[in-house]
Amino acid sequence: MKIGVLAVQGAFIEHERIIQELGYECIELRSKSDLQEIDGIILPGGESTVQGKLLRELDLFDSLKEKIASGIPVLATCAGLILLSEEIENDDNCYFGTLPVTVRRNAYGRQLGSFETTQHLEGFGPFPMTFIRAPYIVSVRDGVNVLGTVDDKIVAVQYQNQIGLAFHPELGEDDRIHRYFVELVEGRKASE
Amino acid sequence: MSNTQYDLNKGLAQMLKGGVIMDVTTPEQAKIAEQAGACAVMALERIPADIRAAGGVSRMSDPKMIRGIQEAVSIPVMAKCRIGHFVEAQILEAIEIDYIDESEVLSPADDVYHINKREFKVPFVCGARDLGEALRRINEGASMIRTKGEPGTGDIVQAVRHMRKMNAEIAKLTSMRKDELFEAAKELRVPYELVAYVHENGKLPVVNFAAGGVATPADAALMMQLGAEGVFVGSGIFKSGDPEKRANAIVKAVTNYTDAKLIAALSEDLGEAMVGINEQEIKLIMEERGQ
Repeated sequence: MKIGVLAVQGAFIEHERIIQELGYECIELRSKSDLQEIDGIILPGGESTVQGKLLRELDLFDSLKEKIASGIPVLATCAGLILLSEEIENDDNCYFGTLPVTVRRNAYGRQLGSFETTQHLEGFGPFPMTFIRAPYIVSVRDGVNVLGTVDDKIVAVQYQNQIGLAFHPELGEDDRIHRYFVELVEGRKASE
Repeated sequence: MSNTQYDLNKGLAQMLKGGVIMDVTTPEQAKIAEQAGACAVMALERIPADIRAAGGVSRMSDPKMIRGIQEAVSIPVMAKCRIGHFVEAQILEAIEIDYIDESEVLSPADDVYHINKREFKVPFVCGARDLGEALRRINEGASMIRTKGEPGTGDIVQAVRHMRKMNAEIAKLTSMRKDELFEAAKELRVPYELVAYVHENGKLPVVNFAAGGVATPADAALMMQLGAEGVFVGSGIFKSGDPEKRANAIVKAVTNYTDAKLIAALSEDLGEAMVGINEQEIKLIMEERGQ
């Protein structure tokens, strides 16, 4: 089983390290040919403007979007969540748009607004969350399961096989979300 | 700075990895940089090549000018303060800059002490020529390191020298016996704990970018292949003939730094590169500032 990690810009190595520790192989996604054998996709943190632009210009965008729309499990953190979202409240861009939510970019302001907290995450219990110039979700459409909120703002959702997080589980020690994600990938592979 | 804040600040640097941070002097340039795929911009009144040409004392930029750039883009905005000038740093923190570069490009305000960066909530990046300088800056509270290179020259030789030196020193620490680390810490003039971290992990405890003299996509990819985790481009973009095209090309070269075919295509028709100055031709050696 192979997990593709979008590697055009951002904190992709942090995700790879966790996935490899869980015993799975990672493929760094930089061009179309990297997409062939993957069973799951991680969209890491970074700058969404940079990632979105490079996705299009390196000709990754259409094939990746097709894969996501066809139901391949996706774990998206921070900038990755922005790439997945159907609508960005304060930005005219839309990228994959496969996750029916509206997201607000840089919702907590500049770096001085970045913070850490431990909050309840549905199905996990208390979970340490690191927010860095993070977005949050303003609204969700039907079928989206809200997994977590911070001060009434939605910061974690699942819609079908897409998990969208405003925070960075890859920066901490807690690998439960990554474990849950690889279970999703295993489950889908077994049912094929 | 609390430990949590320091982790958040190191975390922001991690999010910038694989990206290009570009020097800009106006909101218009900032927008060009953002659209070209910069992961952050460095707001400053004069780019290093012009600072070098103008001579005289070079200081922190006008906060109003920095604010104009903050309003123009949605990516992180960095700004420079003089080495040791903690009040300039306080001002930059007050206007909520995302990262402060305590930079040898500006005239140093203190020839002995760097800023105690642990006192600040806002993150700092600092230049380093070798492992000792890097770890001393980290000990003072820097959450990101860049090579010094020689700013404003368009000459990559110093950045290469600094990156190779740091790599060699890291490799040496990694291969040492544990009981030799105490002496190594003494020689590097840094706490044992930082040396032990490098010994165990084979890398700095913070993100390490390349800076100083990057002018072409090939320069950027060279620094990435030498182990940089991202690249600062100062004068190289807006001192060239076609800034937009060159910025785009450098961004893609950093992402695909081992793809020679792609970098060949990116290097075509970029127009005039910035006029370089060889190290033998310069009088002002910025890299020697702040050790």
